[in-house]
Amino acid sequence: MSYHANEKGYYGEFGGAFIPEMLFPNCEELRQNYVQVMETDEFRREFQQLLKDYVGRPTPLYFAERLSEKYQTKIYLKREDLCHTGAHKVNNTIGQILMAKKLGKNRIIAETGAGQHGVATATVCALMGIECVVYMGEIDIARQAPNVARMKMLGAEVRPAKSGSRTLKDATNEAIRDWINNPVDTHYIIGSVVGPHPYPDMVARFQSVISEEVKWQLKEKEGREHPDYVVACVGGGSNAAGIYYHYLDTPEVGIIAVEAAGKGINSGESAATSALGKVGIIHGSKTLLMQTPDGQITEPYSISAGLDYPGVGPMHAHLFKSGRGEFISITDDDAMTAGLELSQLEGIIPAIETSHAFAIFNHRKFDKDAVVVINLSGRGDKDLNTYIGYFKI
Amino acid sequence: MNRIKERLNTDKKVLSIYFTAGYPNLGDTVPIIHELEKSGVDMIEIGLPFSDPLADGPTIQESSTHALKNGMTTELLFEQLAGIRKTISIPLIIMGYFNPVLQYGVEEFCAKCQEIGIDGVILPDLPFDVYQEEYEAIFKKHGLGNTFLITPQTSEERIRKLDAASDGFIYMVSSASTTGAKSGFGEEQLNYFERIAALKLTNPQIVGFGISNAETFKAATANAKGAIIGSAFIKHLTQHGVSTIDKFVAGIR
Repeated sequence: MSYHANEKGYYGEFGGAFIPEMLFPNCEELRQNYVQVMETDEFRREFQQLLKDYVGRPTPLYFAERLSEKYQTKIYLKREDLCHTGAHKVNNTIGQILMAKKLGKNRIIAETGAGQHGVATATVCALMGIECVVYMGEIDIARQAPNVARMKMLGAEVRPAKSGSRTLKDATNEAIRDWINNPVDTHYIIGSVVGPHPYPDMVARFQSVISEEVKWQLKEKEGREHPDYVVACVGGGSNAAGIYYHYLDTPEVGIIAVEAAGKGINSGESAATSALGKVGIIHGSKTLLMQTPDGQITEPYSISAGLDYPGVGPMHAHLFKSGRGEFISITDDDAMTAGLELSQLEGIIPAIETSHAFAIFNHRKFDKDAVVVINLSGRGDKDLNTYIGYFKI
Repeated sequence: MNRIKERLNTDKKVLSIYFTAGYPNLGDTVPIIHELEKSGVDMIEIGLPFSDPLADGPTIQESSTHALKNGMTTELLFEQLAGIRKTISIPLIIMGYFNPVLQYGVEEFCAKCQEIGIDGVILPDLPFDVYQEEYEAIFKKHGLGNTFLITPQTSEERIRKLDAASDGFIYMVSSASTTGAKSGFGEEQLNYFERIAALKLTNPQIVGFGISNAETFKAATANAKGAIIGSAFIKHLTQHGVSTIDKFVAGIR
């Protein structure tokens, strides 16, 4: 059994392409070409070159000595926070902008919640000199002003999504509507392992560079490619897909996914999709999603804007349903505490999304000699105001 | 489905109207259907509102959000429509997104449609291959037709495949757009209408998206069997309410 997508884009019962006919030609063009394009020598060369010289890869795999000492296990940090633009998101946008160029597209659209993917998209569009429109919920625009300014400085147009709840899911709807209206010249750069096939698989492949590096880096440090556990936070799930990717079909590597419980799973203000979601369709994908009994998609909550997506990538829905992945949800409070702890034990201020993953050590015991690799998916600069407000710094 | 076929089997050009159930007021569903039939409309698409209508422009989005706020649900819509066939004889189609149907239960949904006398379903985000593999048998068992969409970008090969799998009509999306996005037809659309007419498909085509008045209705039906008006009708409801529906319809043909 494989935990990768099959050729129709299904992970077990999850995935597929539940799209209106208006999107069929767009997705079909991508579906027919993405693997072939990615596997050409030219594409690989350009992608690797940009990841090395522009993004700053490989990112270090760092043994966190003081954190390991405290929790009595061996903890390694995969330093995606050191990527250009401050998070793993840029791995995917570099890959997709090259894909868009190969497919002859001259206009890019993207959705963004907190603005990280929007910034990563605006960055690569500036790099390539391609027109860029980023859809962002009206509410998110108001609460993420620095990232809006970054996108504008990079030359992108930020369009407010004014429909529905005016947050990430609505920004995604608006981007999809734009793509329906501009089917020929435009490529849609989705920011996570969500959306219709082939997006979840394509984005996972671009992010798979994370676990590809972990394999040889861990070999150097521990003499083995396989850790005992890989841990990541999951909203849509792209950083998680990246660090799981090369271990998905290696059962001796435990997969741990950390979701945002918000104010508590039963508080009515949560984003723990595996616990609260039911099978349904969101943004063209069959997956677990938070919804009313009547099938209306509900608005999730987390202190971290990057984790409050009402669905989850189909890869992760399958990891959950099959039992291959261990899913844990962490509250706002526990995540914030873990973020502060990492700052003070290791001198690294993580993004609040990432802080959720670090809270695992207070919720789960690991053996003393277990090797745990945790994806440090983003840095905390963007979250400083939230940290300041929370800790009254 | 037979009601649809009978209606399409005349010389007359077909006018079909879409509206969102539960809008402007929760209780307007049945009065709107009565007014539409009385005004001479040939077919009705009853929109089942969804929180995230991907293929729709602002007008239908807003009407959907409003209808959901009013308290519209799948169950309530079925309750409102119970007994509708005592008074209404034109074809009734339910149009919506797949997720609410999936949550209701596809089999239960189809059974309920049959019980009420619904003739067909349009679920734009239920893909053709999934429909064929998993749901066609259920739809057929309950006498329901599923209508497929084609767009100017749909290949001839795919159009032929969709035509072969259709039983009723083909929903011809007039241009690459969401609903209500464009008004009027350019040369590109008119060429597309002629290109499709020349394919001589088995199923008649009904054009939707971009039809808002007598002029666009006439242009759309020059080659096709009929046309569907949605956003323009919803705008009319927003401005003038249910009581002047006859005037809106009279202005179309």
